[in-house]
Amino acid sequence: MSSGGDAKLFARVPLVFIMFLGFAPYAPPLGSRFAQTPQGKVAELRQELHSGGKKDKNYSAKKIALKKIVANMTMSNNDMVALFPDVIECMTLPSLEIKKMCFLFLVNYSRMKPEVAMKALPILVDDMEDTNPLVRALALRTISYVHVREFVEATFQPLKRLMQDNDPYVRKTAAFCVAKLYEHDKKTVENSDLIDRLNRMLKDENPTVVSSVLASLCDIWGRSESISLTIDYVSASKLVSILPDCSEYDLLNPSNFKKDINGQNRWGQTYILEALMSYVPQDTAEALLLAERVAPRLSHQNSAVVLTSCRVILYLMNYIADEKHITSLCRKLSPPLVTLLSKPPEVQYLALRNAILILQKRPEVLRNDIRVFFCNYNDPIYVKVTKLELMFMLTTKDNISIVLAELREYATEIDVHFVRKAVRAIGKLAIKIESAAKQCIDTLLELVGAKIPYIVQEATVVIRNIFRKYPNQYESIISHVIRNIDDLDEPEAKAAVIWIIGQYADRIENSDGLLQDYLATFHDETIEVQLALLTATVKLFIQRPTKGQQLVPQVLKWCTEETDDPDLRDRGYMYWRLLSTDPATAKQVVMGQKPPITAESEKLDPRTLEELCLNVGTLATVYLKPIHQVFRAARPRRLQPSPALQRPRVEDGTASMLEYNPPTANMASASTSNSGLATITTTGNPISPVNVAPPPTFPVNPNATGGGAGADAINAADSYFNGIGSQQMAAMDLGGRGDGGAGGGGAPQTQFVVTQNQQQGYQPQYAGGAATGELLLL
Amino acid sequence: MLSGILVFNQKGENLIFRAFRSDCRPRLADIFRIQVIANPQVRSPILTLGSTTFSHVKHENIYLVAVTKSNANAALVFEFLYRLIVLGRSYFGKFDEEAVKNNFVLIYELLDEILDFGYPQNTETDTLKMYITTEGVKSAIANSPTDSSRITQQATGALSWRRSDIKYRKNEAFVDVIEDVNLLMSATGTVLRADVNGQIVMRAYLTGTPECKFGLNDRLLLDSGGSSSANGGRGGGGISGNNKATRAAAGSVTLEDCQFHQCVKLGRFDADRIISFVPPDGEFELMRYRATENVNLPFKVHPIVREIGTTKVEYSVAIKANYSSKLFATNVVVRIPTPLNTAKTTERTSQGRAKYEPEQNNIVWKIPRFSGQSEYVLNAEATLTSMTHQKAWSRPPLSLSFSILMFTSSGLLVRYLKVFEKSNYSSVKWVRYMTRAGSYEIRF
Repeated sequence: MSSGGDAKLFARVPLVFIMFLGFAPYAPPLGSRFAQTPQGKVAELRQELHSGGKKDKNYSAKKIALKKIVANMTMSNNDMVALFPDVIECMTLPSLEIKKMCFLFLVNYSRMKPEVAMKALPILVDDMEDTNPLVRALALRTISYVHVREFVEATFQPLKRLMQDNDPYVRKTAAFCVAKLYEHDKKTVENSDLIDRLNRMLKDENPTVVSSVLASLCDIWGRSESISLTIDYVSASKLVSILPDCSEYDLLNPSNFKKDINGQNRWGQTYILEALMSYVPQDTAEALLLAERVAPRLSHQNSAVVLTSCRVILYLMNYIADEKHITSLCRKLSPPLVTLLSKPPEVQYLALRNAILILQKRPEVLRNDIRVFFCNYNDPIYVKVTKLELMFMLTTKDNISIVLAELREYATEIDVHFVRKAVRAIGKLAIKIESAAKQCIDTLLELVGAKIPYIVQEATVVIRNIFRKYPNQYESIISHVIRNIDDLDEPEAKAAVIWIIGQYADRIENSDGLLQDYLATFHDETIEVQLALLTATVKLFIQRPTKGQQLVPQVLKWCTEETDDPDLRDRGYMYWRLLSTDPATAKQVVMGQKPPITAESEKLDPRTLEELCLNVGTLATVYLKPIHQVFRAARPRRLQPSPALQRPRVEDGTASMLEYNPPTANMASASTSNSGLATITTTGNPISPVNVAPPPTFPVNPNATGGGAGADAINAADSYFNGIGSQQMAAMDLGGRGDGGAGGGGAPQTQFVVTQNQQQGYQPQYAGGAATGELLLL
Repeated sequence: MLSGILVFNQKGENLIFRAFRSDCRPRLADIFRIQVIANPQVRSPILTLGSTTFSHVKHENIYLVAVTKSNANAALVFEFLYRLIVLGRSYFGKFDEEAVKNNFVLIYELLDEILDFGYPQNTETDTLKMYITTEGVKSAIANSPTDSSRITQQATGALSWRRSDIKYRKNEAFVDVIEDVNLLMSATGTVLRADVNGQIVMRAYLTGTPECKFGLNDRLLLDSGGSSSANGGRGGGGISGNNKATRAAAGSVTLEDCQFHQCVKLGRFDADRIISFVPPDGEFELMRYRATENVNLPFKVHPIVREIGTTKVEYSVAIKANYSSKLFATNVVVRIPTPLNTAKTTERTSQGRAKYEPEQNNIVWKIPRFSGQSEYVLNAEATLTSMTHQKAWSRPPLSLSFSILMFTSSGLLVRYLKVFEKSNYSSVKWVRYMTRAGSYEIRF
């Protein structure tokens, strides 16, 4: 290449450079004929890398070429790996800038071409003995990133030396290096004395080094099955004492201060706080002292420090005996959590999720602060929805009025998801706070009045739940709900309104007509709606036999013969047998009173709560689920036993066990409360006792929850239909018996052993029997 | 901790991919692109798929993504991403796609320095700028061992932060109290929420190693004396009996929560609530605080908005200044939302100018100077185009922005700033107050 050519190329470089960075990966510069293909681009860059020659004293041509290579590294599908040998050649040049770029390239591509990477190894080993601490640290950091056996092996010896380097920057890099080697090669690290050496580095005089050592140790702990991490009180106490010092490194330069209160570098504090979770207090006074010394960190600007401090304090509370101290510590937790709401939305979101968690563990936190959780118009949706959840949790009968006014406001916003959540929250509040139920219902009706379809649907669902919570109190609003029946097109809302129709079939004038409208499209509905229709039709029949007798056989036939769904089919048979066995019992079973539902459905079980509280500020708190469900690989954390550990009282335990059961899973709650028969929900089917044939259990059913009087009331209310009903059912019963050919108590058993074919054969007669009954009546 | 940092542009092109652990595979970039950027359903900043979690922040026109495995400290992840933005801004002015594309090398170099094995390291701009330099500036300093060790000492905090040889001929300290007042008012005029986020910025030009004590007119009791009496603090319990009104009358303010600059001795504040510190030289933010009681709202807004049929909306917005007539607010801007199908508007104001901004769906009413106790009115009318399907207008709240000098919404006052130094010099202190609108929203 002539020198003239060089000069020309050099002159062109800046121009090409700019264009290259601007468009390179998508549209190659027009002037370059090489750049049309990846090979062309590589060839061009290689040529550029070797240009310059001896005249290029500051290696500026090489630097520019390397910069282009780095720019293309991420964006052009690894074509750059072809330049690996050329880049390694540059590594020895005496320029830190070039070295850094070469190292970056090495870290990126060493795994793809380990054999080429090997050539860089001696250079790195050399650099770890450089006089410049920055270079030593850079080389150590780089070599330990390379996931190639020879590189890992070559790191061990120099690392031991660098862990005792006289420069703190090198030492902290060495501390992290141990964790990196552990990631590459667990066995060799465990067999070496590296972890012991790392432990010894905890005595380092430099707080940044100490915090790095702790971070490294915790990282190793997290990925090991065997290594345990314990910190005694003396060490824990020492760690807390260096917490404030950790911040000093951003006090170096006075001019730092202008902006840095917002997000300064106090990562070290977080590492130390996380490590404190491995300290198990042996004495309640120790725990208290430590908690109080950590408390000032709550005033920190960095949300990681604040939330991790919350975690440590909540953890230590488990070892503090005196309730008074716990209350005082809890009081300190509230303001910092609220202050995090002035941070960016993602951090707000975290703070809110953690507030939900902490509130379940320590309800006294945040007690007076409901207004700060009101949504701003411009909050992102995830923040709004979480605020809504918190508002629900914090609402009491004293602040319900302002909360309702606020929720009504949300119900007029644009985001459908959020609006629905707001409507649902109103309904849940009615269930949570009995004294405010009327107020909540009025608000709901007002919203329904606006006739916005999704609001109507959501409101229908929650009103159904209100009926389930307060039977016989608010039925006057049924007409409002029924009025909007045509607007409902979502399965959940349809199922809800069908449930209402079925449950109150005797009070709704045209209940049979309404059901019939839905039954017309029975086969097109979802299972959820079909199940609801089945139950509602049976309820209609029981309460108003004349109206229901035509519908019931039809629906039972569909459910038993024309469906694939096992639940629908099972339930169909169940009702069928029930109705044909003993009408009076059927009535008691189907219309019997059920225990009211509760609102506390989203509470975590104590074990998950304990686990999550040991992980405040982590990703798991966003999901609020047992950690191993989301993060399988995470090493579990549990409260470690110690003489100081305060066990939760037994009655607390059972109480929360009961609260945990969501209304849909009432079966579980039934078994804990030992009144299993009392919990017949639309989905629970405790009718199985028929199988074992202990008829005496049936009468116990309503009485078990003290609902005998209520059942009587229902009976009284239904008295109008009662006469017709019993005759009707008797007629039906006759039909059944006639078919089965067995009498009295034998009937149930006979029916249970029939095969599918026999049942099918018996179906038409069933219908016929009912028809006969109708005729008889007339 | 973090397994990798990724940067994407809005089109979903992966601009930066830096792995810190071997579990951060290149195909994760595709997963993020498909699952988050290309998926309008995603509304959360955190997405976990399998054991991989993507936490992202959008800034300008780029996505900054942190990849983590297992149950990482999420607060740390987001603090770091925001810190990265601050760094990017201070290096490039604006941290957007163009800046990334023009500075690949520098960004990779920075990432290598501020994260080791995915653990955030020193992220101080000024320390970093000593040895990670922008284009054209030679890193000569880092090539000599003595300078390098100075950098490493700084980066690990081994050096003292205040030089002992600082000298000023005239010893001065300036204190700026800056408050952001937030308001949320319901359509019926009740205050749903009013609070103040305040910050106190100090510029200290003081000789030697001065010890400062700072006094405010507040009770500095976090919770009606509860915490301080638990600590055995002085006389905390006595005040808890007083109600809010008497406290306000006594000219004191209750601060809900305070955060201090690292120079403030937090232990001392926690024990006996004294703000004591040795200030750094120059400007710094001494503290931040939050107040929720007895917030003085500088403006009272009374909007009347009537929807007339489906074709017209009539506005009458009255705004009254609640502060002393000796003061005045500047740059008062009232944003009045209009329905999305607004075709044209007409406005009349008794002061300032109003203009319709169709792209924001707002009528913007600007009043450059607003004297205390005065009241101004805007009357406007928006004509709507008819729409095929009528959807109710969601009526976003009306919002205000402004700034007022020598006024604090919380009522906070600086009572004293004492400077103790061994040479016992006298110093001059200046205080300035300013209140700005934070999120000042009125529903209608």
